[in-house]
Amino acid sequence: MEPRIGVYICHCGSNIAGTVDTEEVVRFAQGLDSVVVARDYKFMCSEPGQNLIKADITELGLNRVVVASCSPTMHEPTFRRACQEAGLNPYLFEMANIREHCSWVTEDRAEATEKAKALVSAAVKRVYYHQPLETREVPVNPNTLVVGGGIAGIQAALKIADSEHKVYLVERDPSIGGHMAQLDKTFPTLDCSACILTPKMTQVGSHPYIELLTYSEVEEISGYIGNFKVKVRKKARYVDEARCTGCGLCQTKCPWKVDSEFEAGIGKRKAIYTPFPQAVPNIPVIDTEHCVYFLKGTCRLCEKLCEAEAIDFEQQDKVIEVEVGSIILATGFSLFDPTPIYQYGYKRLDNVITSLEFERMVNSSGPTGGNIVLKDGSEPESIAIIHCVGSRDEKYHEYCSRVCCMHSMKFAHLIKEHTDAEVCEFYIDIRSFGKGYEEFYNRVLNEGTIFFRGRPAEITNIAETPEEEGKLVVQFEDTLVGLQRRLPVDMVILSCALEPQPDADAIARLFNISRSADGFFLEKHPKLDPVATMTDGIFVVGCCQGPKDIPDTVAQASAAAAEVLAMISKGRVEIEAATAVIDERICSGCQVCKLVCPYSAIDFDEEKGVCRVNEALCKGCGACIAACFSDAVSLNHFTNEQIVAEMEGMLV
Amino acid sequence: MELIELEGWTCCGSTPYGSLDELEAIVVAARNLALAEKTGLDLVTPCSSCCVTLNRARIQLEDHPHLMAQVNEALAVANLEYHGNLQIRHLVDVLLNDVTPEVIASKVRHGLNGLKVAPYYGCQLVRPHYGSDDTEFPQSLDRLVESLGAEAVPYPLKARCCGGALIISEQSLALGLIRKLLDSAARNGAQCIVTPCPLCQTNLDAYQSQVNSKFKTDYNLPILFISQLIGLALGIDHISLGLNTNIVSPNEVLDYIYEVKREVNSGT
Repeated sequence: MEPRIGVYICHCGSNIAGTVDTEEVVRFAQGLDSVVVARDYKFMCSEPGQNLIKADITELGLNRVVVASCSPTMHEPTFRRACQEAGLNPYLFEMANIREHCSWVTEDRAEATEKAKALVSAAVKRVYYHQPLETREVPVNPNTLVVGGGIAGIQAALKIADSEHKVYLVERDPSIGGHMAQLDKTFPTLDCSACILTPKMTQVGSHPYIELLTYSEVEEISGYIGNFKVKVRKKARYVDEARCTGCGLCQTKCPWKVDSEFEAGIGKRKAIYTPFPQAVPNIPVIDTEHCVYFLKGTCRLCEKLCEAEAIDFEQQDKVIEVEVGSIILATGFSLFDPTPIYQYGYKRLDNVITSLEFERMVNSSGPTGGNIVLKDGSEPESIAIIHCVGSRDEKYHEYCSRVCCMHSMKFAHLIKEHTDAEVCEFYIDIRSFGKGYEEFYNRVLNEGTIFFRGRPAEITNIAETPEEEGKLVVQFEDTLVGLQRRLPVDMVILSCALEPQPDADAIARLFNISRSADGFFLEKHPKLDPVATMTDGIFVVGCCQGPKDIPDTVAQASAAAAEVLAMISKGRVEIEAATAVIDERICSGCQVCKLVCPYSAIDFDEEKGVCRVNEALCKGCGACIAACFSDAVSLNHFTNEQIVAEMEGMLV
Repeated sequence: MELIELEGWTCCGSTPYGSLDELEAIVVAARNLALAEKTGLDLVTPCSSCCVTLNRARIQLEDHPHLMAQVNEALAVANLEYHGNLQIRHLVDVLLNDVTPEVIASKVRHGLNGLKVAPYYGCQLVRPHYGSDDTEFPQSLDRLVESLGAEAVPYPLKARCCGGALIISEQSLALGLIRKLLDSAARNGAQCIVTPCPLCQTNLDAYQSQVNSKFKTDYNLPILFISQLIGLALGIDHISLGLNTNIVSPNEVLDYIYEVKREVNSGT
């Protein structure tokens, strides 16, 4: 059928029409080959705008449509849908970007108008060669994989499992709980962190629809949205999960002590251990790096004591394979190590501690039983809290870690509650933006905490006056007074940045998702698609996507659960039709395309000796086409014919 | 590598000139830039303050073309012109990145045998941030010191100010700053302080006795310029190194180096 093209020029209010002479572009478009109608309108994306297109398709018998407006990122789906509703295949539509690529980048009206004409002409020439394509649908496996058992993973897993859909929750530590389990109280309401978290952990542990895989890591992943295959390595615990009763005798009697990760290094654990008493599952693991049996072949005391005969030194890692339809990554953050900031003296000066160490110290179930104490066991009379350690600092992390102001103020409150110590906060700006946060700030101010605006230059034990002898001295510029000052204190707490996990890069590669410049996982759209990623079917929630507090984390986790449940509920997903196709008659089977494909979408057919594109995985990026020596690959919707025509149009 | 003395060089103008007349100060500095540019070589200076002053002039001229025109108008009187194609580097930068500590170590003839040295960078070697070293916790001098077989002791005040020219106008303030530097080095067990800044060297060396009398202290820390310490390790005699002109006598340092050396020799 001879192409009959309709062209629609959008004003976008004054965004386009302010710079581009849209009427002139309409006149120009009317003169192009095969163009039956050309119109302009204030907002093409509005309902009247879309109706213009639909009416013309019906009344004028259009079989191709071009809209010249904004970037296709937002509204290509809108206009494709409009075409489809009027009975036209959505791939017979083409969009010309005369806003981001034209009106927004110049103030020269004449030049902008010329460029808009070129872009419209290119789109018209291109759409002439468009072919109708069919989107396909694939069924969705109703199981879900959640990676990471902190509050984000727990929340997402429970939301999905409560709807009676199976969830595999993978956690690499021996217990779920994550960082939240380490915290004492939570700002601004001061609920005890454990009191609100542990019931959820227990729920996860006993939920009939959650299969909890702790001390496990995802090793390999294949497949695509709706149909992922995942290999999970269950590391050997050396404790038989089926037999262990969780009595705890083994860890009471084990003679080998090690710094506890859960206690942030300020407390000890045994070589056989559960990280904390409320661990889920309440089954210990043996740390082979510190267990004397694994190091020297002796001891085995736990084995002798265990009445349930659960200790199994012969246990091996197990790799299990699960099939899921979607994946939620909730791999969390890691705390910035302040040792490189030499001038703050962490690990060099006594009583300079990190925020997480303080959380454990002030926690009544922590190593000091909730007593705030100095290294010599005495109670401090004065404490300095330094904000933004490693955050808002170009040398480490440019971003704001978002929780430090609030937890620093929570610390001040807790210190006042536990001791008579004077508390001074050193801040750059106070960021108390959440619900009830500013009120909490005022409360802490009224409790007598002193706030100094200024990032300290140094913490030193070199005294200059008799009052400073034996103290830690904070050297800082009080920027509100405009003075260099020195403040002697007994203890310094460094409110350290939240940073991406040290292996975030490996995780990103494993799951084929991107990271933003700060190293955190990149969401699909920062405002309108905040938990999805560029890889369909994989979602990111909590601090692995960026620093955030518990309320935001829980909201994101619930949002991802809703996205997953929507997919499960529909039962199938639509697959983009603009995919690569390999002409098997030309393919030499060299597999270069398979090597370059960033989405692992190409398989090699051993029998026929040719490569084949998995259309469900293919994103239509075109890498294989550029790589193919034999010119055997082409891309639907980006054929050579279409691209050459587009270029010809551009060069009017 | 060969060092060629810049013919006709003059004072860079230092810090005080800039606070009196900025344009004139830039012209004074730019005269040296123009002379150096003509040679087609990088300009290296062993003075932290010259390095900062000259670099500041260079950057201002790069950023402000109208300033370049004004300055060149002044330079034209002396038949000079600056085009903005000069690299200005500190001696420490050249020693570290061009010569490299490995090559220096290979040329050491009298290893310093673990002499405890406080590496004192001073404030201007790392600030403003023209080089690659960390401004708050620099490392370059530590690496040079260690390549000589000495031990760089932890020195928290390594990038603090010595008072600079304030020793003339605000002497009591500057003496207080110098005392802190000496105190921190002594506490960390340093046998001497080494610095790549001539003004720091002068202040810490020449005013040490005044610090002692003002604060009732008894510091006796030789203050070596970086070239003196390197020279000792390379086996250059101490008269050529000018060690006899140091005000705080470096004899104990020399005794230590050679005594240990003798012990090592007699042992083998």
